[in-house]
Amino acid sequence: MVENAEPTTTGDLALSVRDLTVALPKGMDRLYAVENVSFDLQRGKILCIIGESGSGKSVSANAIMGLLPNALRVQSGSIVLDGVDVTTSPPHVLRDLRGRVASMIFQDPLSALNPLMTVGAQIEEVMAAHDVGTPQSRAEKALSLLREVNLPDPEVMIHQYPFRLSGGQRQRVMIAMALALEPAVLIADEPTTALDVTTQAQILELIREIQQRKGMSVMFITHDFGVVAQIADDVVVMEKGHIVERGSAQQVLNAPEHPYTKQLIAAVPKMRRDDRETDAPATGVSQLLEVEGLTKTYRTARGMFQPPRIVKAVNDISFDLAPGRTLGVVGESGSGKSSLGRVLMKLLDNEGGSIRFEGQEIAGLSEKAFKPLRTKIQMIFQDPFASLNPRATIGYSLTVGPIAHGMSKAEAREQAKALLERVGLNASAYDRYPHEFSGGQRQRVGIARALMFRPKLLIADEAVSALDVSIQAQILELLQEIQRETGVAMIFITHDLRVASQICDEIAVMQKGQIVEYGPPSQIFIAPRSEYTRELVAAIPGRASDLAEAAQAGSVR
Amino acid sequence: MLRFLLNRLVQIVILLVIVSLIGFFILNLIPGGPLAQYALDPGMTADDMERLKEQLGLNRPIWVQYLDWAWRLVQGDWGHSFRDGASVLDVIARHVPATLLLMGSSTVIAIGIGTWVGIRGATHRYSTFDNVATIAAMVALSIPTFWFGLVGIYIFSLQLGWLPAGNMYSVGDQSVLDYLHHLIMPSIVLALVHIAIWSRYMRTATLDVMNQDFVKTARAKGLSERRILMKHIVGNALLPMITLAGMQLPALLTGALVTETVFTWPGMGRLFLDSVSYGDYPVVMGLLMFSAVLVIFGNLLADIAVAIVDPRIRLS
Repeated sequence: MVENAEPTTTGDLALSVRDLTVALPKGMDRLYAVENVSFDLQRGKILCIIGESGSGKSVSANAIMGLLPNALRVQSGSIVLDGVDVTTSPPHVLRDLRGRVASMIFQDPLSALNPLMTVGAQIEEVMAAHDVGTPQSRAEKALSLLREVNLPDPEVMIHQYPFRLSGGQRQRVMIAMALALEPAVLIADEPTTALDVTTQAQILELIREIQQRKGMSVMFITHDFGVVAQIADDVVVMEKGHIVERGSAQQVLNAPEHPYTKQLIAAVPKMRRDDRETDAPATGVSQLLEVEGLTKTYRTARGMFQPPRIVKAVNDISFDLAPGRTLGVVGESGSGKSSLGRVLMKLLDNEGGSIRFEGQEIAGLSEKAFKPLRTKIQMIFQDPFASLNPRATIGYSLTVGPIAHGMSKAEAREQAKALLERVGLNASAYDRYPHEFSGGQRQRVGIARALMFRPKLLIADEAVSALDVSIQAQILELLQEIQRETGVAMIFITHDLRVASQICDEIAVMQKGQIVEYGPPSQIFIAPRSEYTRELVAAIPGRASDLAEAAQAGSVR
Repeated sequence: MLRFLLNRLVQIVILLVIVSLIGFFILNLIPGGPLAQYALDPGMTADDMERLKEQLGLNRPIWVQYLDWAWRLVQGDWGHSFRDGASVLDVIARHVPATLLLMGSSTVIAIGIGTWVGIRGATHRYSTFDNVATIAAMVALSIPTFWFGLVGIYIFSLQLGWLPAGNMYSVGDQSVLDYLHHLIMPSIVLALVHIAIWSRYMRTATLDVMNQDFVKTARAKGLSERRILMKHIVGNALLPMITLAGMQLPALLTGALVTETVFTWPGMGRLFLDSVSYGDYPVVMGLLMFSAVLVIFGNLLADIAVAIVDPRIRLS
């Protein structure tokens, strides 16, 4: 066991966790959230804790801050933070440590700030809570902090309410707040997961830069080996509440020992620089889908006497798609990629342009006229938890659509069971409910549901974004297999360029409603023509070749 | 802000026209019509009745009557009472302060107690306090206001003799203390149901906010639990309550009418009942329009208050 390989203890530890065990409430799928976990955070280093959902990495972080929810309690072990054992300290001592000795930043910057307080007030509050400085010195410090995290116009920013700031800016505010009292330890719980890739790159760089300048110790929690490659000094790999591997970043990335680590690294979507081999020719056959000059505008009414606010979400988009081929639509949030998907599904009406499906113009069709065609275009949704009716059996969710379109019940049932087997589930899943399945399994159900109609075109909107990397790889594999078997064409909408590089024949890069670049992966990733694509590609975490090599070495396939 | 007000003003005018139309025509559907009271008088001949009708303009088609009434209303002439010929505006003005006093004190009681009970119920969820508050709220919501009024009078006036059974003041003693003494029971009785509603909503809103990420941020900053509650939780939880206060205004007004009847409180409620039973249409319509304006402006105030408190909403 790796557990026995205790790290060498020097006197230079910012944080030391020993045999930490946190019990889960009764009736959960396991007894402990984390069990006998030990690790050290060296002063002035960045330690990455990596694991998939349910690995116990966030529970460890919250235990260190004394922020565990009431249902969870530390059963045994110790957490020594700056010489104080957190697990045995009374609440007022913990309160004094929080924000002063250890600070924390969270995953979702949009909800982590109080919407009713100005940015400045929230930063000053940390200092006031620990009786540091005077109101005036606190205001000055807040301003200098905002400058330090490179926010534009700090003098203006300090008086702003959070809703005026973008996600990346709010995460900078969180960092400024965490730095206010110059804590010894910064705990970052997936701080870049909710951010766009270019913003993520900036925030990672900021954390690294501040950490080095201040000699701070950072515990960085992530699920992404790309982030690890970019930022970590040391790595701890967690699986189901246990540490399975630890070591320097170099060591873990290049020579992973534990099968789980190898599996995780292998599952990281790798940038493919070559184009996908496919039997389906792009040209010379009749195109399945021809889109020309497609436009969708959002209007927000602002009252009777005012012109509405107009946003061009889809602006003059044109492309063709042949059967059996996959088009990737990539872009950051707000680029219009999801709107494009919905317009193609005719869930939203377009204003201008044409959509020809199998040679037939569908853009102007009424809902009634489109109904027979609707079955041929199917969608796979992002959130496998929200996209299935929790009160309906899987079988019902699968068959209700086809039956409504005239399939007989017996036939629908047969086909549903066959498809459940095809997507790697048991046919007995037919009579079960969504809550009995994991996220990955539900996404398989979602794929089976989409295939019930034998569609010609599948639109997958961030279909693997909510899944852990190992599951992600399996689902991508499944989609490719199905495409080979059925010749279905796919439009794969994603923010993750690495995923897009693996599954797509062509990629459209979208920005502000327009396609700024269109081409095969080899062009997009190796010789991008537009400045924006170059930026996007450069921002991919862990792009450095070490990860690719590590993946080769660690591949278990 | 100006645009917002202009928008709302147009909406308000449309709303008032609809309210007045419905009120006016339904009132005229009542059997007997406005002169039913006079018809009971044995001294009235058919000729007298005809003359009266002509005097009051009741012989004209109903839509002419409506347009005439509405046009005068716009000009500030709310008509005259059928009963004593007094100006409707004067009659209403005489009774409004008593109702506003009752509604105001009830609102203060309801919001004060309801907010406290709601927050404590959320922070001490499933405690004895929370369970008792939950049951008490259900009881207060299920029992009608007038019953509480009658029981209150029986216990505190008839049995204990602590509080007066009705009226707004004692004849001969009109000191502030005397008013307060008379105000205690009606305002509490009227407040009961609103305490129940307010505390339930406040509890839910507080629980909602307690689970927000920014509360965890506040805790991670090392703030005291007290400051987290007062500064971060309560402020955010009160936001939706402002809108609720506006929406509760009609219920508060109708509750006040019932309470006034029970406690012979000389406000709009008594006036309304008397006027309806007397067939005094101008006063009834006047009260209807006044209540509508009161409720509409209450909600407008609530909207403006939310916009002032919540930086995300700007009235532009």
